Amino acid sequence: MRTVRRSGVGPAVGLLPFLVYVTIFLVVPTVTVAVGALQDEDGRFTLDVVRTLGDDTVVRALWRSLEVSVVSAVVGAVLGAVLAYLIVDLPPTNFLRRTVSAICGVLAQFGGVTLAFAWMASIGFGGLLTNAFAGLPGFSENGSTWLYDIPGLILVYTYFQIPLMVIVFLPALEGLRPQWREAAVNLGATRTQYWLRVGFPILRPAFLASLLLLFANAFAAYATAAALISQGALILPLLIRSALTSEVVLGQQHLAYALALEMVAVVAVVMGLYAWLLRRTSRWLP
Amino acid sequence: MAAAAYLEVAAVTGRLVRTGLLLVFAAFFLVPLASLLNFSTKDVFTGERTGAAWRALVEDPTMSDAIRTSLTLAVLTVVGMVVLLVPTMVWVRLRVPRATRLVEFLCLLPLTIPALVIVVGVKNVYAWVDYFFGDTPLTLAFAYVVLVLPYAYRSIDASLSGIDARTLAEAARSLGAGWLTVITRVIVPNIWPGILSAAFVAIALVLGEYTFASLLNYQTLPVAIVLLGKSDAPTSMAAALGSIVLAFVLLLVLSLLDRRRHVPRSK
Repeated sequence: MRTVRRSGVGPAVGLLPFLVYVTIFLVVPTVTVAVGALQDEDGRFTLDVVRTLGDDTVVRALWRSLEVSVVSAVVGAVLGAVLAYLIVDLPPTNFLRRTVSAICGVLAQFGGVTLAFAWMASIGFGGLLTNAFAGLPGFSENGSTWLYDIPGLILVYTYFQIPLMVIVFLPALEGLRPQWREAAVNLGATRTQYWLRVGFPILRPAFLASLLLLFANAFAAYATAAALISQGALILPLLIRSALTSEVVLGQQHLAYALALEMVAVVAVVMGLYAWLLRRTSRWLP
Repeated sequence: MAAAAYLEVAAVTGRLVRTGLLLVFAAFFLVPLASLLNFSTKDVFTGERTGAAWRALVEDPTMSDAIRTSLTLAVLTVVGMVVLLVPTMVWVRLRVPRATRLVEFLCLLPLTIPALVIVVGVKNVYAWVDYFFGDTPLTLAFAYVVLVLPYAYRSIDASLSGIDARTLAEAARSLGAGWLTVITRVIVPNIWPGILSAAFVAIALVLGEYTFASLLNYQTLPVAIVLLGKSDAPTSMAAALGSIVLAFVLLLVLSLLDRRRHVPRSK
């Protein structure tokens, strides 16, 4: 019996390198943030974090972050679902479908800097669309200044949210079996009735789960905003940047920890809901 | 007759709407990319076409150094990811199945903990890393391996589920192979497509990664793009377009490999 049990411990040693690595580069930083947020400069326990996060600047940045994330997630989810619907009937080897998938993969995962620059090249100073529309009423030849504000953030975020939606929602759409539609039609349902009574209800959990994923994706995004807006604390990630990079003001490290904790708390709640919805989805869809 | 005509009209309308929508989406996604091309091939003052910005990618020392750093980081990250993850996942499947949930949880954790949060807390860890390996941008690879874990885990896991790893391993073991041989010469060749797709995603992710590099003050390609954006916009636009096209080609190649993988199975 003993040897059997010992051989059960033996192989587990093989996991040590992985566990040690993940501990050092993932768990330790996260714990550092959580603990650091609850300590003052001398390492004593404090609940100052509550006051820090209640500060006007922080609350305003958080609200703007939520605004950008919600709007870009909703717009991205709806338009992404439409685009996914347009290509779902094509066979997987179809050229159009493969191109859309590859473009979506790049735009959703490649990172925000290049996307921010693409929009600057379009509607910023000297941009393609700026020059094309210059002279028309309502358009400035100096480019759209709103690109470097909340509306611009939403526009550029949408540019990677729609592709992400296509990637995560396409499998759910593919799971919608033609037999269900045939059954509904056989029972005399119209197209509208089929979608309202069968299609949408089945897709709803998957859609909501994707919406949450998009929200978390926007809320945690940093590169796009940082590349677009070089100064200030418009949204939460940019506030974290200024807390991290300004070494002049004392106590900024503490602020960075508190803000990071707030960010990870929001994302963790949303991702928890996401996992729960995903389990519900698997009842009907593969 | 009337019903048939009605159906035909509906079908034509449907096709028109579909094509129209696809065109709108295409415009939304392609115009910014075309703008990058336009901006990077135009002289700022005269407005004439020029390839100067694209030449500067190779000739400008800041840019070419950054490109070299990013490419080296991509290779290091892929190697680190494979060395760390593949043996672990094979080992879990063959010998320690009860650790499956734990390893999966840890691998998917970076989806919940934003890169920005890791950067905020990683200062002490990097003080040690710099102490051991010197203060070079290549140490970023340590953090990047963590960032690519979720994507790498999924594709390798999908490949591993597709083969009977246990039987393969037992057969090899009974013929006298050691565990190293089992992993490198029996399992790995069988899950090659999964490793390959994990590698492609890792490369794309590393080439575009900005959060870690900029906040730890290392000059990688995206950081150089932002830096140059203020002084030499056309060159940074050229670099942006070049890197995005490279990522697109990588993913397109990946999807072609994906088809090759499926063909033998779907008889």
